[in-house]
Amino acid sequence: MTVNAPGRRLDSFDVLEFLARYGTLIALGLLIVFNIVFTRNFATLQTLNVNLTQVCTIVIVATGMTLVIATGGIDLSVGSIMAISGALAPLIFLSPVFGDNIALGVAIAMVAAISAATLCGLFNGWLVAQFRIQPIVATLVLFIAGRGIAQAMTNSNLQVFRVPEFQWIGLGRPFGLPVQVLLMVTLVVVTAWLLRRSRFGRSVLATGGNERAAELAGIAVKRTKLAVYAISGFCAGIAGLVVIAINSASDANLVGLGMELDAIAAVAVGGTLLVGGRATIMGTLTGALTIQLVRYTLLANGVPDAAAMIVKAAIIAVAVWLQQQRRV
Amino acid sequence: MNRAHLARLVGTYGVLIALVALILFGWLRYENFLSPFNVTTVVRYNSMFALVALGMCFVIMTGGIDLSVGSTAALGSVAAALSSHFGIIPGIAAGIGVGVLVGAINGLLVTRANIMPFVATLCTLLAASGSALLLSGQTSVPVSSTSGFISIGTGALWIVPIPTAVALIAYALGSLVLNYTATGRTVLAIGGNEDASRLMGLPVARVIFLVYLTSGALAGLAGVLLAALGYAGQPTEGVGWELFAIAAVVVGGTLLTGGSGSVITTLAGVLLLGILFNVLNFENGEGWITLSAAWQSVVRGLFLLAVILLQASLTRSPQKKKV
Repeated sequence: MTVNAPGRRLDSFDVLEFLARYGTLIALGLLIVFNIVFTRNFATLQTLNVNLTQVCTIVIVATGMTLVIATGGIDLSVGSIMAISGALAPLIFLSPVFGDNIALGVAIAMVAAISAATLCGLFNGWLVAQFRIQPIVATLVLFIAGRGIAQAMTNSNLQVFRVPEFQWIGLGRPFGLPVQVLLMVTLVVVTAWLLRRSRFGRSVLATGGNERAAELAGIAVKRTKLAVYAISGFCAGIAGLVVIAINSASDANLVGLGMELDAIAAVAVGGTLLVGGRATIMGTLTGALTIQLVRYTLLANGVPDAAAMIVKAAIIAVAVWLQQQRRV
Repeated sequence: MNRAHLARLVGTYGVLIALVALILFGWLRYENFLSPFNVTTVVRYNSMFALVALGMCFVIMTGGIDLSVGSTAALGSVAAALSSHFGIIPGIAAGIGVGVLVGAINGLLVTRANIMPFVATLCTLLAASGSALLLSGQTSVPVSSTSGFISIGTGALWIVPIPTAVALIAYALGSLVLNYTATGRTVLAIGGNEDASRLMGLPVARVIFLVYLTSGALAGLAGVLLAALGYAGQPTEGVGWELFAIAAVVVGGTLLTGGSGSVITTLAGVLLLGILFNVLNFENGEGWITLSAAWQSVVRGLFLLAVILLQASLTRSPQKKKV
C-alpha cells in the first residue's frame, strides 16, 4: 500500500520516517532500560531465560510467516499445524514398537512430525499457487481441519510423557543456553541469509512486490510460493515439538492455539510490509522480543494479562501505521 | 453454456440446491430431523452466527475482512449481561453499543489510518477480547434473572424463536439495503474497484466506515443473543466465530475479492454449515458411525475445501486465458 505525502519536504529530517525505521528497536531499548531501573530482579540470567523460552516458539513460527508474508500471502494454519506435529510425535515415540530402542523412536517421531507439518504447508502452497486461491481462505481450510485432525489422532486425550531423549529439544541446556534458543537463532540466521543473499530470497521479494512482473521476468512464482508455505509448515512443526517437550505433555486442543495471531503480530511490528515485497527477519525477531517484553513488563508490574492484550493491540496498530509513513 | 455463466449459476443456486439436498437427506434418514424441537433448536442457535455472517458479508463485498467479530460478540455478551440488571432495553443497548464502538474503531483504522483491514481488525480482536476479560473479571457474568432479559433467547413470536426472528429481520433489511439503495450499490462498486469508485465521486471512506460499523453492531447484537441463550456474558466465547462467518460467506458464493455477493445465499451458507453439524450429530445418534467433535471440524474443513476448489475452477480459469 503506498501512501502519498504531498506536503512533506524531502530534504528535512523526517520524524515519522525515522520512527518507522527504528521505532521498534528504540522501543525495545527503552523497555530494557525501564525494566533495569524499575522491575525487580530484571537483569538476571533467569529473567533472560524465561523471556527467551517464552518467545522462542513465536519467533520460530514467525520466521516462516515472514517469508509467507513477503510473497504477499498469509498463513493462518500455523497453530493447527503445531497441534498436528505435537500430536503425531508422542504417538510414535510412545508406541510399544520402540520399547527398547527409544532413541530410534524419538528420531523417527521427530522426522515424521516435521515431515507431516511440511506436507501440510505444501498443501497450503498447492492451494495458493496452483488454484490461485486467496491465502487467507486457503490456509483457513487447515486452520479448521488441522486441529480436528490432531484431536482425532489422539482422541482428544492428553498425552503425558517423560522421555528425556525427546524433551532435550525443550529442556536441554548445552553451553548453559536452552536448546530451543539455539534452534531459534540458527533458524533466524539461516532464513535471514536466505532472504538477503540467495536467489530464492530475491524470488520471494519479487513475487511479493509484483507477482505479474516477477513471472514475466522468469521467476518461478509458483515454486516460490510452494516453498514459502512449506517452510512455514516446517517451522510450525518444529515449534510444535518444542512446545510439547517443554510441557512434558501434548494436548491437541491447546498446542499452538492463537499462534497465528502472535506470529503475524511479530512480523507486523518488526517492519515487514504486510502486502509483501519488503521483509526483514531480524525485524521479526525484534518485533517478537518487543511484544514479549511489553507483556513481561506489564505482568511484572502487576498489570493483568487482559490489559496487556489491549496494549499489545495498540502497539501493533501504531507499528503498522508508522510503517506506512515510510517512503520506501 | 459458457463457464462464466455456469459459475454465476453455481454461485447463486449451488448453495441453495446443496441446502435443499441436505435437508431432504436428513428428513428421509432421521425420524426426528424435521421435528419442531430440532428445527427450532438449530435455527435458534445459528441465528447468532447468521448475524455475524451478515456483517462479514458486507465487509467482504467491499474487499475487506473483519476478524474482530468473535471477540466483539464476547464483549457484547459481557456488556449485555452486566447491564441486564437495569432492564431488557439497557441490556440490548449495551451489547449493541460496544459492538458499534469496536466497529467504529475498525472503520477509523481502515479509512483514516489506512491500515489493512486484516491487521486493523486483528488489533481490535485482541483489544475487544482483553476488554471482555477485564470487564468480566475473567469469568462468565450471570444475566439478571428478574428483568426478563432471558426471554430474548428463549422466547418466541408465534412459532418463530426470537433470535431467529431478529436474524430474519436483519437479513431482510440487509438484502433491501444491498439491492435497492445507493449505499448498497456503492458497497459493490468499492469491492469491484476502489480507485474507480473514488474517481467517480462515490463516498468511499464513508461507506467503508459504515460497513465496519454495521459489522460491529451486528456482532454486538449476536453477543446479546449469546448472553440471553447462555444465561451469562461469556468473555471467552466467540473464538473462531470470524472464521466460521468467513466460511459461511464463501460457501454462500460471495467472492473474497469483493465486488459481488448476495445476502440471501450467505444465510443459506450459514444454514448449510449449521445443518451439516446437525446431520453429523444425528448420524452419531444412529450409531453406524461415531464422529467425534474433532472429526466434525475435519469434515467442515473438507467441505470448505470442496467449495473453494469449485469456486476456483469455475471462476478463475476463464480469467487466466484473458490475461
